[in-house]
Amino acid sequence: MKKNFCAILFLFLFLSPRLGFGQPISSTELINKAKEYDNKTVTYSGEAVGDVMRRGEFAWVNAFDGVSAIGIWLSEDKAKGINFTGSFKSAGDIIEVEGVFHRACKEHGGDLDIHAASLKKIKDGSVVREVVNKRKRITTLILLGVLCLALIWTQLKIK
Amino acid sequence: MILKPRLEDFKVIGYYLGKVIIGLGLTMMLPLVIGLAFCEINPSLDFALSIEIALLAGLLLVKVFDTEKDLNWMQGMIVVSLSWLAAAALGAIPLYLSGHWKSFLDACFDAMSGFATTGLTLCQNIDSLSYAHNFWRHLIMFIGGQGIVIVALSLFVKGLAGAFKMYVGEARDERVLPNVINTARFIWIVSIVYLVLGTLALGITGLLAGMKPVNAFFHGTCIFMAAFDTGGFAPQSQNILYYHSPAYEIITISIMILGALNFKLHYHLWMGNPKEIFKNIETRTLFITVMLTFFITAIGLDKLGVYPQVIALFRKGFYHLISAHTGTGYATIYAKQFINEWGDLALLGIIIAMALGGAVCSTTGGIKMLRLGIVVKALLQDIKKIILPERAIAVQKFHHIKEVFLEDKQVRPALIITLSYLVLYSFGALVGMFCGYPFLNSLFESTSAAANVGLSCGITDTAMPTVLKATYIFQMWAGRLEFMSVFTLLGVFVGAIRGKK
Repeated sequence: MKKNFCAILFLFLFLSPRLGFGQPISSTELINKAKEYDNKTVTYSGEAVGDVMRRGEFAWVNAFDGVSAIGIWLSEDKAKGINFTGSFKSAGDIIEVEGVFHRACKEHGGDLDIHAASLKKIKDGSVVREVVNKRKRITTLILLGVLCLALIWTQLKIK
Repeated sequence: MILKPRLEDFKVIGYYLGKVIIGLGLTMMLPLVIGLAFCEINPSLDFALSIEIALLAGLLLVKVFDTEKDLNWMQGMIVVSLSWLAAAALGAIPLYLSGHWKSFLDACFDAMSGFATTGLTLCQNIDSLSYAHNFWRHLIMFIGGQGIVIVALSLFVKGLAGAFKMYVGEARDERVLPNVINTARFIWIVSIVYLVLGTLALGITGLLAGMKPVNAFFHGTCIFMAAFDTGGFAPQSQNILYYHSPAYEIITISIMILGALNFKLHYHLWMGNPKEIFKNIETRTLFITVMLTFFITAIGLDKLGVYPQVIALFRKGFYHLISAHTGTGYATIYAKQFINEWGDLALLGIIIAMALGGAVCSTTGGIKMLRLGIVVKALLQDIKKIILPERAIAVQKFHHIKEVFLEDKQVRPALIITLSYLVLYSFGALVGMFCGYPFLNSLFESTSAAANVGLSCGITDTAMPTVLKATYIFQMWAGRLEFMSVFTLLGVFVGAIRGKK
């Protein structure tokens, strides 16, 4: 009895952040088995990338799970919670959405997308600070010197 | 009898190859400026390094092989074929240094894909690629579409008599203007005017679609360069699907069609002769083949009920059909969806469209409309000869800028190139099957690579066998140059080994 109670407590504590959401399905699974998941409620998780494109009361967010990015159609107020999107200069917010998956969305001209009913931010994004690669910098300077010498050499030869 | 190449041949080839490499190095200044403008330090260093390597290599070649001699046909062809290999290797350096490509071969694959305006990619996590690298990916499509050597011709070479030989070597057998340098410059003017208009149209559409202003216009520039030069790269991993915008799709369709037209036709349109577009054999053939292949694709999609709505069927079917036929490779579906959902008949329609291509003297790949039109006309002429009385003379004409009587001298090269493409498509498909991929998948990807299209059914991936990567690189190179300069290079290799002095 005590054992069972401990197991239930552990599961509750472990899964509590995911309450209300099922296990996320990968983009590969959704694309490869699109017919199976068509018009079904799914949970999908990934990094918000590119721009959050606002369209009236709704918005498009593209979420990348490490293999492919899938378009998420959601209400504009839900999209407001996304502060960072993935690019060269920033790591995007990791979001988890629950919504209806469409293999060929009737509303969006046959696009494969998810119409999100709820959105949860799993991890905040951040600005990526670029660290200068010293090897690249030194090699560039050395090659610049060699190039200058080569240019002088070619000029001398011509004269 | 094959002659051994002389030392003088190597000297002339080395000298002009060096000039082209210097030109290529200088074009890398543009992504360097972009990198500096966006304060991207490591990407800027990648380009500074690559510029230095290219300039050093080019200077070395020019000095070692210094000559004042002009090119002959063989040398011109070799310069072109080697320039494209050198461009792929040098263009791959900044890509590889970015860390987004798993190996240098993968970076070379993408560089060749870019220069040859194919659009197949092995890039990892495109969504976090720097502006500088993304710009370079699209710029190489713009340069490759015009022709790498044409860039050098129009910008760095003055009054070169051997220019026409290199111009032909880059699969441009038609001159818009009598002077080949002026032709190259005209092609640039047309492209730059369209670039400004296209970027504005796409930029404004991007803004209206909810993108940030900088991204809207940056994407607009990149997408225009890749669409007009029928390339197919895009700044985001989802390609055109990223924008979720019918307006974006309509504009890219228009740009792709513009890119698939003969530059000679553009010249006539610019000179106020729009009637030419309705009379020209190429545009007529293009219209017929688009209709036929779309019919096949639409029937295939409809039979399987892939898209329950007619609008969705048209939007997806027609977009990919135009993308395939113009050799662009833009997509609004995922690669795996072609195989998993579209079915054999629709795929066949797309494969035929990819194999046929657009107009000659355009940036498209594939067999091309003029050749197809000539072969069909020749077939009709032969049928007429059989049907008509023996004394009757069967005359066949076609309109291509002017009225032309069909002769064997036009039919022969058209058939040779058509046959060469069919062999190249089959070769890649065969290698794909040897690597364990199914027939239709292999044929789809092989045709896409050889016809410089860029649509993928999922084979193109970093995990694919090295031999297949090398095969696709070869196909993209040979397909873009339309064989002649590649055959000449192979001939010189044979001559160097077995030729007589």
